[in-house]
Amino acid sequence: MKLIIAIIQPYKLEEVKEELYKQEVNLITVSEVLGHGRQKGVTEIYRGAKETGNLLRKVRLEIAVNENFVEPTIKAIVKGAKTGETGDGKIFVLDLKECIRIRTEERGSIAIG
Amino acid sequence: MYFGKIYPLKILFILLVCICFYLPAFAEGMPKIDTGDTAWVLISSALVMLMTPGLAFFYGGMVRKKNALSILMQCFIILCVLSIQWVLFGYSLSFHPGGGFWGGLSWFGLNGVGFEPYADYSSTIPHQLFMIFQAMFAIITPALIIGAFAERMKFSAFLVFTLLWATFVYDPLCHWMWGIGGFLKKLGALDFAGGTVVHINAGIAALVTALIIGRRKNLDSNPPAPHNLPFVLLGTALLWFGWFGFNAGSALAANGLAVNAFVVTNTAAAAAGLSWASLEWLRNGKPTIFGAASGTVAGLVAITPAAGFVGVIAAVVIGLLVSIFCFSAVSIIKPKLGYDDSLDAFGVHCIGGIWGALATGLFASKAVNPLGANGLFFGNPKQFFIQLVAVLFTIAYTLLVTFIIYKVVDLLIGVRVSEKEELMGLDLTQHRERAYTVLE
Repeated sequence: MKLIIAIIQPYKLEEVKEELYKQEVNLITVSEVLGHGRQKGVTEIYRGAKETGNLLRKVRLEIAVNENFVEPTIKAIVKGAKTGETGDGKIFVLDLKECIRIRTEERGSIAIG
Repeated sequence: MYFGKIYPLKILFILLVCICFYLPAFAEGMPKIDTGDTAWVLISSALVMLMTPGLAFFYGGMVRKKNALSILMQCFIILCVLSIQWVLFGYSLSFHPGGGFWGGLSWFGLNGVGFEPYADYSSTIPHQLFMIFQAMFAIITPALIIGAFAERMKFSAFLVFTLLWATFVYDPLCHWMWGIGGFLKKLGALDFAGGTVVHINAGIAALVTALIIGRRKNLDSNPPAPHNLPFVLLGTALLWFGWFGFNAGSALAANGLAVNAFVVTNTAAAAAGLSWASLEWLRNGKPTIFGAASGTVAGLVAITPAAGFVGVIAAVVIGLLVSIFCFSAVSIIKPKLGYDDSLDAFGVHCIGGIWGALATGLFASKAVNPLGANGLFFGNPKQFFIQLVAVLFTIAYTLLVTFIIYKVVDLLIGVRVSEKEELMGLDLTQHRERAYTVLE
């Protein structure tokens, strides 16, 4: 089991979701986050003077998958989120020790999907 | 150096002479002015002004948060743009006497629009007060259309579209319905406070723009939810409040007619809010804030042309029924036809406006307003027919000219934002600002 964490551009969320659905990855958690990017994205100006910080808005996806879904999931995220420009984001793949479905108390692979 | 010293003195002297010369002229005009009427229409003008920011919150709450500022900005900048358009030439085009397409340009820059009454429009308030009262109507009308193309129109295109639309659609229609020499006025069409000129007009323009600009992205996979319903209700409350100026102020006097308009306006709004919420309760199982707010606005729209001609029982009927018509248009017909009138400018303002204009032809009574006419239910079927002609004419004219203006603007600068800009939101891409922060 792996936990896939992806940081993507907020406006790419819809496309990524569509690609994930195509791979039958339906269980995702989405949150709005701020990230310290290297790129100079579109930032805000207030009263024409000050550009606000370099913390940019991103969307974070968390997806827990069984081994056979790892590559399809990564490919789907890349397909949906890639523009080829700086700021497209990152994907992290972590080993997942345990997964428990609260309703049934099932554990492991069966609890993921 | 010599001139530099003497010029200011000379100018001051000439000004003093002018003031002395003109003061008696002012004094002669004064007795005709009624201070009560003037005070009421001044206040009404301010009330109607507040409706546009109210509309900004009404619409602004309905969009997604990435587009919240774009709606507020579009409404707000209309206040700025059309305030200038109106005093420069809009008022003259609309209200200068004449039988043509426009009223003419003789009142350019308010030349000749002074502080004495202009009896053809009102004999008891200063002409310039009538002008600024009308300015607020000219401002809110194009703002209503914003609901149709919300979340996907370029700001630059929006500005050009609005200015052209105000000049080539609103100003002529306003002239034909309310201006001296206007042919709809001569026909005898009744429009107390702008059901046809404001609401049907803006509503049809909304339908046309929604149809041409097309649907928003991902409308089906991710249906957009209103980002701030408390704003929607705040906006509704401000609109309701401002509408007392809109309708009761249209009496142009502090008299019984204004009181009638005030009472029926409040009554119709209440009946329609109740009616919409009840319909939802019956059909969807729960009454919603959004529904009560939408119904209230529909009621205000419907009573607008009728406010000076109908009594309170008619207002209850008009209010109860308008929600049935608008609810059907918004919840049943729109999804079936598939056009994306994002915030239901057509469904509420045009449908509500048509019902109001026709209801005026049904319920109008000379007992309420001797200067009006009797409607169908008071033995005068001809009035219903006249109302129908005015409605159909407005629809046809607005449909055609809005289409042309849209196409011209699209050709010149392109109306719709790019797909990426639409997904990122108009706040960031059109204004480089955001309404809300995530972390401080």
